Amino acid sequence: MYRYDEFDERLVRERVAQFASQVERRLSGALTEEEFRPLRLKNGLYLQLHAYMLRIAVPYGTLHARQLRQLAHIADVYDRGYGHFTTRQNLQFNWPKLKDVPAILGLLADVEMHCIQTSGNCIRNVTADHFSGVAHDEFEDPRPIAELLRQWSSLHPEFEWLGRKFKIAVTGATQDRAVLKSHDVGVRIVRDPATQQVGYQILIGGGLGRTPMVGKVLREFLPREKLLSYLEAVLRVYNLEGRRDNKYKARIKILVHEIGIDAIRAKVEEEFAAIDSPRNDVDPQEFARIAAFFAPPAYESLPDVSRKLEQAQAADAELARFVEHNLFRHKQRGYTALTISLKPIGQAPGDATSHQMRVIADLAEKYSFDEARVTHMQNIVLPHVRLDDVPEIFAVLRAEGLGTPNVGLVTDILACPGLDYCALATARSIPVAQALAEHFADPAKQKEIGDFSIKISGCINACGHHHIGNIGILGLEKKGAESYQITIGGDPGENYALGELLGPGLPAELVPEAIDRVVAVYLSQREPGESFIEAYRRLGLAPFKAAFKEIADAVA
Amino acid sequence: MAAVKRPPLPVILVANDLLEGDVVYAVAGGWTRDPRQALVAGDEAAAQALEAFGATELRQCKVVDPYLVDVQVGEGGLPVPRHYREVLRMHGPSVRRDLGKQADFDY
Amino acid sequence: MLLLDRQGEKVDSFAHLQDGEKIAGKTPIVPLAALEAELAVQGGAPLGVLVENNVRTAELEPYFGTLALIAIRFPSAADGRGFSLARQLREHGFTGLLRASGPLFSDQFPQALACGFDEVEIPDASAARQPVEHWLAARNRITLAYQHEHGLGESILDLRRARTLEKNLNGAKNV
Ligand code: HEM
Ligand code: SF4
Repeated sequence: MYRYDEFDERLVRERVAQFASQVERRLSGALTEEEFRPLRLKNGLYLQLHAYMLRIAVPYGTLHARQLRQLAHIADVYDRGYGHFTTRQNLQFNWPKLKDVPAILGLLADVEMHCIQTSGNCIRNVTADHFSGVAHDEFEDPRPIAELLRQWSSLHPEFEWLGRKFKIAVTGATQDRAVLKSHDVGVRIVRDPATQQVGYQILIGGGLGRTPMVGKVLREFLPREKLLSYLEAVLRVYNLEGRRDNKYKARIKILVHEIGIDAIRAKVEEEFAAIDSPRNDVDPQEFARIAAFFAPPAYESLPDVSRKLEQAQAADAELARFVEHNLFRHKQRGYTALTISLKPIGQAPGDATSHQMRVIADLAEKYSFDEARVTHMQNIVLPHVRLDDVPEIFAVLRAEGLGTPNVGLVTDILACPGLDYCALATARSIPVAQALAEHFADPAKQKEIGDFSIKISGCINACGHHHIGNIGILGLEKKGAESYQITIGGDPGENYALGELLGPGLPAELVPEAIDRVVAVYLSQREPGESFIEAYRRLGLAPFKAAFKEIADAVA
Repeated sequence: MAAVKRPPLPVILVANDLLEGDVVYAVAGGWTRDPRQALVAGDEAAAQALEAFGATELRQCKVVDPYLVDVQVGEGGLPVPRHYREVLRMHGPSVRRDLGKQADFDY
Repeated sequence: MLLLDRQGEKVDSFAHLQDGEKIAGKTPIVPLAALEAELAVQGGAPLGVLVENNVRTAELEPYFGTLALIAIRFPSAADGRGFSLARQLREHGFTGLLRASGPLFSDQFPQALACGFDEVEIPDASAARQPVEHWLAARNRITLAYQHEHGLGESILDLRRARTLEKNLNGAKNV
């Protein structure tokens, strides 16, 4: 894990003091609300429906125990005893007071954390595959470049006032678990087939929101040392040429869409040619310094299978279910990456209490080399767990209400805060997620349905990724009431796809039954071993639409 | 932020306290956190006065984002917004009855 | 208008045209559209130009040698195109004065300087809320920068290199 040196630390401390001064000047009237708003956003502070909201960066989702404990402490002292883990691998507190924010930032700085650029029209928190460094299908750990990008993008003087937000994701695995194609820029570590050199494939112009767009390849192969100068060129072209007349058309995806990928490539390459020089290359020593922090921990050499775990599983059906769904194959023999589901049936997806944060911190410290990860699915991963230790860990999790064995299943629902918290929302999302989870709570039923993703957003901004859910649910307002539009066929991974509309919007009460009907079509028509999304691709929209129509007609 | 088009009467004025972030409602010459105390403007002149008060308080760095909300006057003079968003804002998260105004004021 | 550079308030030796007229004793700043005509009559005297933030660097490049000042207009504080334009002008070799002109606020001063601006010119309404001291204080709040060539402060990369060098030297001594 990366650790701050004296310079990282000083910068973050100075930034805290800077924010304190901005607050002071806002209160004295030296800064108008119009001036202060982007400054507080660049520090992760929103004004929500009920209160301020503070978004804390968890760079590429990596946390250590001390950080988790500090978050728990902040939740208790300055908030309401809980936090919300988001799809962008951040943590949000829903009730801080502006006057307390400088103190909170100070506490964060004590554990090498900050809120820099977690909102605002600038380069946002860099996200990465949550199994970075441990996934069996990984080609190279992307965290060193994620950290390099974090540093490069932090307080970059040229890119603090972009036309709109700018999100970067990185992966080094064959399976895309970082949703690269819905980011402004996606970086994938690849090997050049011709030279065998390691470098990057660069994707550009993905995004969700009101105009979802799929990221396109900007550069098939970028040499390692050129990463920062090339991105500098991308950002400069975007800053200069992106639309400024309409904030809904200001993302780079619109520029790419309007002028075409070839034109944007030509512009980027021209700018890159001007910037490119050995002086601007990534410094190999500095890169090596960063990369050293991500060296694998001191694993024991263990057998592939754990007899202890096998025996425990045989005696405990719930543990067996947990093992089946919540473990991910590790690079290292005898180890696993264990996912703690923050989707207990009936709870708000992604919420964790301060007590739960401390429990997870203890587990990370004791069993996972002090490390935990936040996933874009709003769960937490203990990335380096001995298979032998799984029964003990599960026992603790179960006792704390954190042992839900549902990762990747129908109740592992992703949901944005929606109207329960968000000022932009047109409808609630959390209660819909809760009702669905309760509806599908039966573990046998969940297992029968298998891999299935439901993603819910409370408005067209799509923070809940609804476009790329196998089932996507979008909460809207229709005739003065909440109404939910349902899509089918979205996929965030290798076969990236945006969902298609099943029919007219439904009131919340009918959503579970409608999805039941869709699931029934799958269960009755699937071929052996076929997942929901595979069956959908084979069967097409029609049979699902017909089943959905029965419910929709009942409302109409 | 002066509303370009004023909502239908009667209205109340809602905003966030700048320093704390809490949702506040205008009363005569000030603000309350308790929506039951909110001053209800039943005519055009009273609505304009509320709006002007919001603009002044915004300028004086007391509140952020003041705007008028149209309400119905319910039982015991309690103003109830017509739109579900404002009802929710008046209560707090529907998924956490222990938080927000519904908990602070026990309704 | 308040004009500032990194030292503080500054007397303006330039002046924008007023109703199309030059101000006596001041070097004129003409709009880009009038530049060619002005160059034809002004006979080698110093000259500044005011450009919008969507002008192409290539359009200005032919005049780099003749222009004493380029002022880039910021239509609003949130429109950051001028920052990239400034850097591009510097990278393409403009060495005259670069001025940011518009309703920037003090927290943006170090960003403007880092991007290659020498000075900012702000409207009176902004200056009334944010006196010169605010601008000077803003300059020193962040003293370090991850960006190598053009950050807000001292380059962290250089500091790290120096630290490594020192460690290596000490290491060598101890052998
Ligand atoms: C609660 C306050 C929030 C506000 C005001 C907010 C605002 C927005 C807006 C306006 C957009 C649309 C951007 C565009 O299309 O240009 C957006 C997109 C997005 N937000 Fe949020 N958001 C909030 C919370 C969240 C949360 C909690 C998450 C994670 C769970 C999140 C993750 C995302 C993602 C993934 C997107 C879509 C990807 C993209 O196109 O950028 N946001 N958000
Ligand atoms: S999708 Fe809409 S409702 Fe949900 S968090 Fe984003 S902005 Fe808010």
